[in-house]
Amino acid sequence: MDIATIVQVIDSTLRLATPLLFACLAGLISERAGVFDIGLEGKMLIAAFTAAAIAYVSANVWIGVGAAVLASMVLSLVHGVASITFRGNQLIAGVAINFLAAGITVVIAQNWFQLGGRTPSLTGDARMARLQLPFADAVRDVPVLGPVYSGILSGHGLLVYVAFLCVPLTWYMLFRTRLGLRMRAVGENPAAVDTAGISVVGLRYIGVAIGGVLCGLAGAYLATGLSAGFVQEMTAGRGFIALAAMIFAKWRPWHAMGAVLLFGFLEAVANRFQNIEILGVGVPVQAMQALPYVLTVVILAGFVGKAIPPRAVGTPYVKEH
Amino acid sequence: MSTKARIPHWADVTLVPLVSIALAFVISAVLIWAIGESPWDAVKMMVEGAFGSSYGWGYTLYYATNFIFTGLAVSVAFQARLFNIGGEGQAALGGLGVALVCLYIPWPHWSVALVAASIGAAVFGAAWAFIPGYLQAKRGSHIVITTIMFNFIAASVLGYILVNILRPTGSMDPASPRFAPEIALPKLHEMLALVGIPFSRVPPVNISLLIAVGMCFVVWYLLWRTRLGYQIRAFGESEPAAEYAGISPVRITIYVMLISGGLAGMMAVNSVMGEQQRLVLNAVEGAGFIGIAVALMGRNHPFGVVLAALLFGFLYQGGAELALWTAIPRELIVVIQALVILFTGALDNMVRIPIARAFAAVRAR
Repeated sequence: MDIATIVQVIDSTLRLATPLLFACLAGLISERAGVFDIGLEGKMLIAAFTAAAIAYVSANVWIGVGAAVLASMVLSLVHGVASITFRGNQLIAGVAINFLAAGITVVIAQNWFQLGGRTPSLTGDARMARLQLPFADAVRDVPVLGPVYSGILSGHGLLVYVAFLCVPLTWYMLFRTRLGLRMRAVGENPAAVDTAGISVVGLRYIGVAIGGVLCGLAGAYLATGLSAGFVQEMTAGRGFIALAAMIFAKWRPWHAMGAVLLFGFLEAVANRFQNIEILGVGVPVQAMQALPYVLTVVILAGFVGKAIPPRAVGTPYVKEH
Repeated sequence: MSTKARIPHWADVTLVPLVSIALAFVISAVLIWAIGESPWDAVKMMVEGAFGSSYGWGYTLYYATNFIFTGLAVSVAFQARLFNIGGEGQAALGGLGVALVCLYIPWPHWSVALVAASIGAAVFGAAWAFIPGYLQAKRGSHIVITTIMFNFIAASVLGYILVNILRPTGSMDPASPRFAPEIALPKLHEMLALVGIPFSRVPPVNISLLIAVGMCFVVWYLLWRTRLGYQIRAFGESEPAAEYAGISPVRITIYVMLISGGLAGMMAVNSVMGEQQRLVLNAVEGAGFIGIAVALMGRNHPFGVVLAALLFGFLYQGGAELALWTAIPRELIVVIQALVILFTGALDNMVRIPIARAFAAVRAR
């Protein structure tokens, strides 16, 4: 394997990790606030469709991104109404959201574009442009720095950089601001927060809404950056990989970045090579695909350090009278 | 929970699901109208397509058979307040069990093969559910997450086995060889012909329908007439109370998941042995997930599951007809399914509280 291949694989790792990172942080914030979100997949999917459809119609990718965020937030609102206001089962709400998105994207795509549930391919300004970082061309031939800076770090869509910027932002928000402290408290012990006179419902809605924004960006990047258009079921389980990464990271932002980079790398390797040999043993491509899920089960089983979710996650808060 | 609205039992099992499904249908009708089709014509076409001929009935019942199995699987787990979202993977593994039994043992007659395949399907499905069950019981790993993960792992495992092991040499298709024609299951038209009722020969509905109905009785008996069933329900009502009464949470969790996985796996008898007669990559086609909607609508009772499975069988067959004759894609059914799950499962209180208020108002008068 030569340097160029390695650079390519790491380059595509960053791209593949981006939607995972957004979705993973979305789930992380929502669950820190005490709301399970297995609807990440559906929110990403509806965002992917909306981004592609609106970007195509308006020929402007950023209008598409904005619309995607709105669409994802509508589903977040449904999630919030069901699981916060009506204290319904958060998991079932998530399942419903996934199916709702899977169905409605195809129904509308077929109605608008008559392409069998796809959107037309995006070209020009409807696609997310790849940014060249300053001096990327100048240092291209410098050893080490060239491949890392020009080959790997430079040349991605804006949302890739935004995603990685969201990691410190999420960390800061959760662990260094008053809102973050309250949000974490609402995920651990909502009664205490309520006693302090702070709205549990309000905080949980904020958590779910932030999750909606991030899932919107995840889907938008998927459809306009990673691919050039929407196809049916294009999230292909990424929402669940993000969920896996969140557990893998034990609900911590920096670790989440590590986890999505690992899972993105696995996907990049599986995409690049059909047959992988490790120590002379052929590894089937299916094993690479299954690895994130297997790792998550192992972590959940507590064999390698136990993953303990926020204590109140999944339980609707019932005010005492 | 003290906030649980008080409703008479009969209203709880009939009114609440009916209002939920009505809401789901109303929203779907708005969607159909919004994409420029007539909801009324769509309903007529669906009813005509699903119930207007023995051909339609045959497909409706074929789908319903799948959904009875997966609906029962989710229901049994729900009775113990476990959310088994892994029916999809368990049914996929059940398909593998059926394929191995049918491919590698030369059965003399379909009836023996059917019994063996049912056992194979149940054992494989149960084995796939055992690991999440064990991890939940012993290590406290959240069963919803592990069963989701196991759905994906099942897809990979099945993909590997089909491509590398079961696929006949020279075939490009990731699918097993065909099963021997001698063990093809009798279709409903053959069975009805014995009593002189004519029925379409085309639909794949087969003798597994009777097995599905039989399993409903078995599950009902198990849950409401046996000691284990009592323990399962007690555990579902209150885990601390059950534990205090000497019921082992570990044992119940693992048993429930084995039963649930076995039922989900048995779906493969209908789809793999009854219809395709070979194992293909995506034999389950989402039926594992529909089981969630069926269980929620059927209020986790076998009788309710049969009705809900018929409803979804109708939606699937009717939806296929719609996609064939109108511009409404098949995925409309997925939207309806999502809305049913949303209203019966997550927005339960939204439906329940007004009904409870109505009852309270009537009582107060």
